[in-house]
Amino acid sequence: MGRNTSVKSQFISGVSIFGILALCPIFFPIYWTMILTEILIMGLFAMSFNLLFGYSGLLSFGQAGFFGLGAYATTISILHGVKSIWLAMLIGMAASAIGATLIGFLCVRRDEIFFAMLTLGFGMMIYTVAHNWRELTGGSDGLSLFMVPPIHFFGLEVSLEPPRAMYYFSLIIVAAAVYILWRVIRSPFGLMLMASRENKDRLYFVGANVKNIRLFAFVIAGVMAGLSGALFSLFNHMAAPSFVHWSFSARPVLMTILGGSEIFFGPACGAAIFFVLEQLVTSITENWMIVLGAILIPVVIFTPKGILGTVVSWFTDNKA
Amino acid sequence: MATRNILIVENLHHQFGKFKVLSGISLEVPEGRLTALIGPNGAGKTTFYNVISGKYVPTGGKVIFDGIDITGMPAYKIAPLGLMRSFQITNIFLKLSVLENVLVPLALHYGKTFSCLTSLGKEKSLAEKAMVILDQVGLKDRAFRPAFELPYGDKRLVEIAIALARRPKLVLLDEPTAGMNPEETERMILLIRNLSRESGTTFFLTEHDMKVVFSVAQYIFVLHQGELLAEGKPSEIRENKAVKEAYLGGALDA
Repeated sequence: MGRNTSVKSQFISGVSIFGILALCPIFFPIYWTMILTEILIMGLFAMSFNLLFGYSGLLSFGQAGFFGLGAYATTISILHGVKSIWLAMLIGMAASAIGATLIGFLCVRRDEIFFAMLTLGFGMMIYTVAHNWRELTGGSDGLSLFMVPPIHFFGLEVSLEPPRAMYYFSLIIVAAAVYILWRVIRSPFGLMLMASRENKDRLYFVGANVKNIRLFAFVIAGVMAGLSGALFSLFNHMAAPSFVHWSFSARPVLMTILGGSEIFFGPACGAAIFFVLEQLVTSITENWMIVLGAILIPVVIFTPKGILGTVVSWFTDNKA
Repeated sequence: MATRNILIVENLHHQFGKFKVLSGISLEVPEGRLTALIGPNGAGKTTFYNVISGKYVPTGGKVIFDGIDITGMPAYKIAPLGLMRSFQITNIFLKLSVLENVLVPLALHYGKTFSCLTSLGKEKSLAEKAMVILDQVGLKDRAFRPAFELPYGDKRLVEIAIALARRPKLVLLDEPTAGMNPEETERMILLIRNLSRESGTTFFLTEHDMKVVFSVAQYIFVLHQGELLAEGKPSEIRENKAVKEAYLGGALDA
């Protein structure tokens, strides 16, 4: 892909998507605004996963662990009297940063299936802690957040209880996080990530400590997953063990495969496809997973670049 | 003026399990002299490079590079000291552009590895330095092409460009002309000769194509069954009886 030529068009498409998303609640009913909020949050989650998968070539099956750390730490700090949403979310991100540093330190020593298994294993351990440490986490019931504290913004007090307010709050946070991810992949460090994906041995021989590069990416991805988890807990008014379950780690994988891992917005697009389909299909049948499977199979076989990836490459091939 | 030795190898041993690959190699490479390491297949040339460049920890002996003992140091610590290598089997960043292939070592060299919020596109001085390197190896006009699109011979040049990017003091070239057609081989020989003369980098190459070795090297070491069989100027090596026997006569006449 022509990185240099696509920078501007990527930026413009990013800003346009933001503009369209900002207008959506005006035309959408509340219910779909809430679906859209979920898409935004899970889209960020999937994009954090793809920093490792698509850009660094590392398949993480434990992203739900960091998502869950963010969700639990945010919820617990609010329940223990933290009044500021910002502070609570920062605590959530700090928790996932610490978790990702410790776990990443051990995981980045291996790659391919071994990396995937290590992340899966640590994800399961986090799940067990969330499920069994009842005093702190509420056990299998999780923790309910009866009231999300209002945010203070330039002296204004805004309640996040109305779905539209929560939507705009999520949109701004997600947009900021996506912008940071975009900067990261276009930075010299982003080049290191892609080089490590392409050929880690050669990278090592030109003088890079590949483990440290991967660890840094792992922590960034973990913090972003934690941020989406924090948002998710505010949106759902709860933190539940299901957020941390290994099957939840499969979600960003599915979304990324659906949308395309080689394209920046691919995973977010996959998240949108995932939730819209889920809504449409579950209104007809309860067997949503069968339909999802039936869609995934042709996507994987016929469009290995994912749906957005394939559409974009049609478009660019025709232009050239 | 006595030239300084950029590389000193003392009594180097390496074995895989019970299998001895290198048994007691000692050699010196003076700065600026285009040196070659030859030997029949299986003589241990690539293992020798792997040990020096930090892929394997030798089972015995010492490697001194530029006055620093680098024995057993990992590769990523050796490279910043100014010792780079290329690979016999093309080992580049295929999906990155040719320019990015060279930017990777340059970004490392200038300490940009972890700068994660600045734009790579705005690192003009890195890009300029990369273009100089690409110009040297003759790939400037292909800078923005993805590396995988290039023909084989050009991929080999990317291989060299990556090794040159950090302006190393010593480059180990592991069979730079491997798999090349005669025309590409000719181009590679010219390139190595020019670089050796003009770039201030010392080149130390392995090669099994004798024509290449004798046309390019100023000094030759011959490796045979893990031991140094002979050393000398190309004319001396050509006449060396032991070397001729090791090659069964055939290859040296080519």
